[in-house]
Amino acid sequence: MKLTLKIWRQNGANDKGGLVDYKLDGVSPDMSFLEMLDMLNEQIINEGGEPVAFDHDCREGICGMCSLYINGEAHGPDRGVTTCQLHMRMFKDGDTIFIEPFRASAFPVIKDLIVDRTSFDRIQHAGGFISVNTSGNTQDANSLPISKHAADEAMDAATCIGCGACVATCKNSSAMLFVGAKVSQYALLPQGQVEATDRVKNMVAQMDLEGFGNCTNTGACEVECPKGISLDNIARMNRELMKASV
Amino acid sequence: MSGFFNSSIGRKVAMALSAFFLMFFLLQHFAINILSIFNPDVFNEVSHFMGTNPLVQYALQPVLIFGVVFHFVMGFVLELRNKKANGIKYAKNNGAANSSWMSRNMIYSGIAILAFVVLHFIDFWIPEINTKYIVGDMSGLHNGEFRYFHELVEKFENPLRVVAYVIAFVFLALHLLHGFTSAFQSMGATAGRKKTLQNIGKAYSIIIPLGFIVIALFHHFNH
Ligand code: HEM
Ligand code: SF4
Ligand code: FES
Repeated sequence: MKLTLKIWRQNGANDKGGLVDYKLDGVSPDMSFLEMLDMLNEQIINEGGEPVAFDHDCREGICGMCSLYINGEAHGPDRGVTTCQLHMRMFKDGDTIFIEPFRASAFPVIKDLIVDRTSFDRIQHAGGFISVNTSGNTQDANSLPISKHAADEAMDAATCIGCGACVATCKNSSAMLFVGAKVSQYALLPQGQVEATDRVKNMVAQMDLEGFGNCTNTGACEVECPKGISLDNIARMNRELMKASV
Repeated sequence: MSGFFNSSIGRKVAMALSAFFLMFFLLQHFAINILSIFNPDVFNEVSHFMGTNPLVQYALQPVLIFGVVFHFVMGFVLELRNKKANGIKYAKNNGAANSSWMSRNMIYSGIAILAFVVLHFIDFWIPEINTKYIVGDMSGLHNGEFRYFHELVEKFENPLRVVAYVIAFVFLALHLLHGFTSAFQSMGATAGRKKTLQNIGKAYSIIIPLGFIVIALFHHFNH
């Protein structure tokens, strides 16, 4: 395949940045999107240029590091996949592909396509945990009965990998799908009840402090989320906050 | 509790509460207006009651005005905050791939409705306030007959006004096609995501604005 790539290049946080055109030939439809970018970087390096900086780690769809806004969609046109699991067969020979970083005021660009998502970490630190003693005296997991339904829903919420696609795709740069998932995974389980009030209050407060926007319920996040996190988690978070505030 | 309404979620809940109030008001307003097609006398009676009843005038009317003002002011506040959260615009953004046009343009459908609300105030509310509280005529009569029905018919003689009303109600329908279920979601009710409520929402969002359009057209062509 022969491609024209329009890639956002930005040399550090203070650089203005802009789209740069690249031509790439010989791309196999079986390559992943990141492998295609590796190939491009090799070409750039051979020509004596500076390779495009992009985030990645596991390359198997579980770590949430890879990002990229590809042809106007977070993680590209495929559904239920991260960029590392997106394949070039989703594109056609001769295509022009826009590759931009995830955009949000709370996700400032570090370099090229790499953005700073530590705002998510700070939200997690504000309450995305349970305080248990793990020094060897942990209770047997099965001693607390949990309904199958609650366990399934908590597990579904817990599959969020914190990639930030929900924020990137949201017209309001709202982080509510992420925070909703992180609140829900505990709200559904008995272990989460002890700190439930503080958790939701502190996480929402931190989310607002980081400058994420307000949800308009467009549902774009749910569609673009690689893990299929449901909007119901946002509703649950709203209920949890109302409960915690009265 | 004040902390709650200063949070992003609290603002959304306040937005949804004002929206529920407006949707209830709209239903009531529609129920009265549709009478003007079927029975002008009953329409006159009800209009007179609504226009002179102290509870409606001094309790419900201020709440309604507050509700409308609160809703659009909050709408603008949220829009500005969201713009600020947005950062740099994408060179290419495919919004249609994951969300409805209505959901992405609530502020524009809202602004169209706001323009209508201003026109509507000038058309009906200000003359009404003038007659009742400035001139001091609480009788509701004109030449010995109730004036409400005639005033309504007169207003819809002008085709430009009818066109403006029709356009505004199309935007209202677009606003509600997203807003109705969105308000439930904001309140934390997943019911808004269930087929039943989505269908009720669709029915409400289409029937009510369409009904208002029919009323305007009826009086334009029938008199
Ligand atoms: C006066 C002009 C109006 C403006 C400027 C306006 C603006 C808005 C905006 C921007 C939103 C989105 C809020 C958000 O993103 O959180 C919204 C939501 C909504 N509006 Fe309006 N609106 C207006 C009038 C109305 C009227 C007359 C109705 C109903 C009869 C209405 C019903 C709704 C509903 C149901 C929602 C959804 C609430 C939610 O998402 O929680 N609006 N409006
Ligand atoms: S909710 Fe989905 S899109 Fe958002 S951070 Fe989690 S996995 Fe990524
Ligand atoms: S690199 Fe880990 S999810 Fe894509």
